[in-house]
Amino acid sequence: MTTGELVCPAGTPAALRTAVDAGADSIYCGFQNATNARNFPGLNFTPQELGKAVQYAHEKGAKVLLALNTYPPEGKFGLWREAADLGADLDVDAYIVADMGVAAYVADNHPDKRLHLSVQAAAASPDAIRYYVREFGVRRVVLPRILTIPEIREIKQEIPCEIETFIFGNHGLMVEGRCSLTNYATGLSTNMDGVCSPAHLVEYRRDAEGGMATRLGPFTIDRFGPDESAGYPTICKGRFCNSEHPEGYYAFEEPISLNLSRLLPELMDAGVNAFKIEGRQRSRAYVKKVVAAFRAAVDDIRDGLEPALSDLAALTEGQKQTEGAYKTKKWR
Amino acid sequence: MTPGLTIGPIHYFWAAEKKRDFYARIADEAPVDTVYLGEVICSKRQPFFDQHLPEVAERLSRAGKRVVFSGLAEVMLKRERKACAELAGQNELEIEVNNAAALFHLPPGRRHRIGPFMMVYNGETLAHLAERGATHVTVPVEMPATSVAGMAQRAAALGVGLEVQVFGRAGLATSARCYHARAYGRTKDNCQFVCEEHSDGLPLDTRDGEAFLRVNGIQTLSHSYVNLFAEVPAMAEIGVTDLRLLPQDTDMVAVASVFDDIRNARIDTTEAEARFDEIPIEAPFSNGFWYGEAGHRRIEANARPLA
Amino acid sequence: MTPTAPENSATTDQRVPFRLADVPVPLLPLQPILYRIVRRIARMHPEVFDRLGAHQRTDFVIDLTDLPLALHLRPNPRALVFRAVRKDRLPPHKAHIAGDVLMLLRMLDAEIDGDAIFFSRDLLISGDTEAVVTLRNALDDVEGSIAEDVADMFGAPGRLALRRLRALAENSE
Repeated sequence: MTTGELVCPAGTPAALRTAVDAGADSIYCGFQNATNARNFPGLNFTPQELGKAVQYAHEKGAKVLLALNTYPPEGKFGLWREAADLGADLDVDAYIVADMGVAAYVADNHPDKRLHLSVQAAAASPDAIRYYVREFGVRRVVLPRILTIPEIREIKQEIPCEIETFIFGNHGLMVEGRCSLTNYATGLSTNMDGVCSPAHLVEYRRDAEGGMATRLGPFTIDRFGPDESAGYPTICKGRFCNSEHPEGYYAFEEPISLNLSRLLPELMDAGVNAFKIEGRQRSRAYVKKVVAAFRAAVDDIRDGLEPALSDLAALTEGQKQTEGAYKTKKWR
Repeated sequence: MTPGLTIGPIHYFWAAEKKRDFYARIADEAPVDTVYLGEVICSKRQPFFDQHLPEVAERLSRAGKRVVFSGLAEVMLKRERKACAELAGQNELEIEVNNAAALFHLPPGRRHRIGPFMMVYNGETLAHLAERGATHVTVPVEMPATSVAGMAQRAAALGVGLEVQVFGRAGLATSARCYHARAYGRTKDNCQFVCEEHSDGLPLDTRDGEAFLRVNGIQTLSHSYVNLFAEVPAMAEIGVTDLRLLPQDTDMVAVASVFDDIRNARIDTTEAEARFDEIPIEAPFSNGFWYGEAGHRRIEANARPLA
Repeated sequence: MTPTAPENSATTDQRVPFRLADVPVPLLPLQPILYRIVRRIARMHPEVFDRLGAHQRTDFVIDLTDLPLALHLRPNPRALVFRAVRKDRLPPHKAHIAGDVLMLLRMLDAEIDGDAIFFSRDLLISGDTEAVVTLRNALDDVEGSIAEDVADMFGAPGRLALRRLRALAENSE
């Protein structure tokens, strides 16, 4: 088992090559359909592109992890089955799955492939993780971003598989794989369609004073003054009103990004095997900067040096960063 | 076949007295077949009602209701893991599992139900769970009729019950963070049980003043009440075995009675609608999820083809 | 390192000899140049159009906030439109993107991240959000530098102009 494996996002073939060149150990990506949780327009890989991408990564000693991390609704399971089979044909190194049916299919039909449990499965306890290990032979769990480092250390001692944690990027607030907020507002489901705040139903309305309203479907999920920094147009980053906050407040979380660069040594010490960078929807510029920064930091730590941490704040949502739940239970 | 009628677990934090009164009325007056008991949202609330559960269960059983104990949706802390293991380990009660942590502790082949938080979307997952002792599954609230129909067939072939939520706010998300505490500038550990102040959830309106969501501790609910009374005949036809009513702070006996009449074809949808008009419910009704549309929408039953 | 408007730094930093906003821009002579640019990109990177999908037929307006002109783009490979338009006479369009030239150029070059400049409100979008996101994603898959390809079209003067622009961009950080 290696430690400090850097798992990086790629929304396009160019981003994948950028990630590999910037020092990624593994790259996760998906097909251009609902089988992955970033089913966004203009993003992701055709089977042909993925084949070439896997070749490129393998030549440079990097691995490709195929995200099959959505929940097939009854009647559409075939799409996920095909994606899994295609992944095997194209020689991906592992599957990232959430749905038990998909996990069972991969375990039965591609038993030689590594199975990673997606954060979308929301396995947050040793018991839940061990269920997936026992039933499907899961080799690695991607932990939800809700645990403190001491809690991660305890989990590691109880589970017979590797741990991957998020270290940078969008800070998901809701339990992954259990959020229907987008579907309530738009009719498209995060779990079944792989979309969160689908772009064609997001509208930015500018007002005369230079402010901006963000609309999702028929609902205004936030308003920004001219100089206020913005965030992703998701309900969980929106501002809402009630008797306690008549003027509106971030009911769930402010636009803020996770940045655990300072906690890397502690995470490695706690037994985390792999670090995940969020952002398949982000640009090559983001991939290049973030991957290079964390590559350098992880290498420094391995060499027993104090990691030099470059400033990634400009790439964060709302230009703000947090260590979230990892640092303190007070986050909850 | 006439589908069964169930009362799902209470999602809100109601005072023990209010809950006891609620279940007493359900036992005495509600024409339902099954009642799910137990705290599913927040483990901090559990100690407040656990002591009353045996008595409430006994009363409901005496009234001829089948009683099922539901487990927590989110499991992370030691006390939550312990609660899961205990639920899975006991032998006398029928249980509903809402987290894979409880599945891990189930003895092989032990019969159990699967709750809506388990996200069972397809026949493959259903088959996996049925093989390991699941006898009954409640599908996620966002599942559209087209998929429910296929699921019902698979469930029937496996001899598994299939339940759909037909009434009450839709649970749209859960979190490790308590949004009720956050609204009052507190943390989850220091929440002082502020959620008890809102028996119908804490409103979240848009900045345009439109009612949108409700906060219930770590859970986010829809503002609208899902109400699939007009879809009950179609559900019976496609093989849905049970209809779930989620307790809301309104006259649930009256709600159950309307559903009972409509499942037995004693009234039509027009009359059902008139009956709902007389029940004190402020929130609008929605049924969008069932039609594969935005969940907040209400689609006129006669404007669509039968499922 | 929030991207700042280059005009500000240009006025405070006297070493910068070149101010884009001062360059007079007659629209008519621009049109064939712009057309050549987009044709060249289309020829060199045909895969862009696959990613655009249905948005090949979407009309985009790109408002260059530090220039007295906007660009009209319809990325239909069979009938490409890329032309300069007056800000007070915008053509009908579904998607609107606004930002200063250097910032947009640097985004095109994968030097800065689109989401980041959106968060900082330096990039403004309105209209069909999906079209904008799709265009961004499609262009982001183009490796190498579109700006360099374009500069190459104009030989040594083109490359010099690009170097100057980049120096300006660096100074503005």
